[in-house]
Amino acid sequence: MAANDVKLLGAWPSPFVMRVRMALKIKAVDYEFLEEKMGSNNDILHKSELLLKSNPVYKKIPVLIHGDKPICESLVIVQYIDEVWTSGSSILPSDPFDRAIARFWAAYIEDKWVPSLRSIGMAESEEAKKAAMEQVEEGLGLLEDAFVKCSKGKNFFSGDQVGYLDITLGCYLGWLKVTEKMNNVKLLDGAKTPGLDKWAERFCSDVAVKDVMPETEKLIEFAKVLFAKLRAASPN
Amino acid sequence: MATGDVKLLGAGASPYVNRVQIALNIKSENYEFLEEKLGSKSELLLKSNPIHKKIPVLIHDDKPICESLVIVQYIDDVWTSGPSILPSDPYDRAIARFWAAYVDDKWFPLMKELRMAEGEEAKAAAIEKIVEVLVVLEEAFVKCSKGKAFFGGDSIGFLDIAFGSFLGWLKVTEKMGEMRLLSEAKTPNLVEWAERFCCDDAVKDVLPKTEKLIEIFKIMQARAKAPPSN
Repeated sequence: MAANDVKLLGAWPSPFVMRVRMALKIKAVDYEFLEEKMGSNNDILHKSELLLKSNPVYKKIPVLIHGDKPICESLVIVQYIDEVWTSGSSILPSDPFDRAIARFWAAYIEDKWVPSLRSIGMAESEEAKKAAMEQVEEGLGLLEDAFVKCSKGKNFFSGDQVGYLDITLGCYLGWLKVTEKMNNVKLLDGAKTPGLDKWAERFCSDVAVKDVMPETEKLIEFAKVLFAKLRAASPN
Repeated sequence: MATGDVKLLGAGASPYVNRVQIALNIKSENYEFLEEKLGSKSELLLKSNPIHKKIPVLIHDDKPICESLVIVQYIDDVWTSGPSILPSDPYDRAIARFWAAYVDDKWFPLMKELRMAEGEEAKAAAIEKIVEVLVVLEEAFVKCSKGKAFFGGDSIGFLDIAFGSFLGWLKVTEKMGEMRLLSEAKTPNLVEWAERFCCDDAVKDVLPKTEKLIEIFKIMQARAKAPPSN
């Protein structure tokens, strides 16, 4: 498929965008990466005409544009990529029950775990921060059990190769490290969640991931700018 | 694929449970319905869904599957001889999944907001937001149905199930609030779709009647107001 047939609207720091880039890498699909620029003043993102036209409902990245047809929502896009490019390795498991388990945990990560991670950064008091961190750690405990069950002794949630659930959770490893560094705390702890700890290392060095996951230092710099904008935006 | 043993933990009044019932009906799949009592969670539920402790849970050959839309997709993946629930084209599937997520993430929270709204102004504001979202879904219907009867085309599919499962409670909200959320003026296609959906063979014995849901709503309200008991 010609490279200009596949475009991705996104931004390098976004974990949601990373998911799509990892999926495209797994399938060895060439694409044009159209980066949305950081906004001026207090806007986090300057939203391009193309973004507003392609995702009028949410006006958010990522958006995959395949032959002029836009697809939105990162996990919807990842499943689309898996279903269209069938010659590459599978992203979702082939067994229906394993697929259901992968989708269940992906929904848990989206609906419960990611919001708790985000609320650390948004916390307005030390107490609130501590509570959020506890929630994140609790979640990682559940995900450790999930990892043991899903991986069945292999390297990734999906087995021998990076798959749907690896991507869904793994895209947050960069931001998790940022949170740990900026708060001087360990959230992903090898003592408490040894399976996940080793998985995280393997994930970040995987060929589908390493060029897509930004370096922690770069993300920290970006985080500082981002939080400054968010603070300036709220009157308190 | 052998049918095996299929159980559904649920409650007839839950739209999320209704989604699964409709999907099983589409596949003409028999199942044992284990009804959870209002206000209590069975041992089997707590064991089968320890993370969320919520219905529906499908138990297929002793293996539990949770989360209504995950279950619906599982049903579609397993029972392949019946009519398809998700569209066959990958792009149409992506669109169906997108809008199903929109129903859960955007539309449903607004219905909750309306239920919790206190005072006429707050209620009116919530209603306005809901109607705005329904107009967006009206446009989605026109695009997805391509002139046919359902979001899924000639027969009901994933998005019909995802959204249609809420029609019972939507009617309750309209009746109790003495207003219309779906209207011929703003969402004419959805009004007609809703009627067709509710009469569909896979649906008609699943969605409870409005009167029954109103009764259940009143019981739930009374419990919410009653002093907490251990």
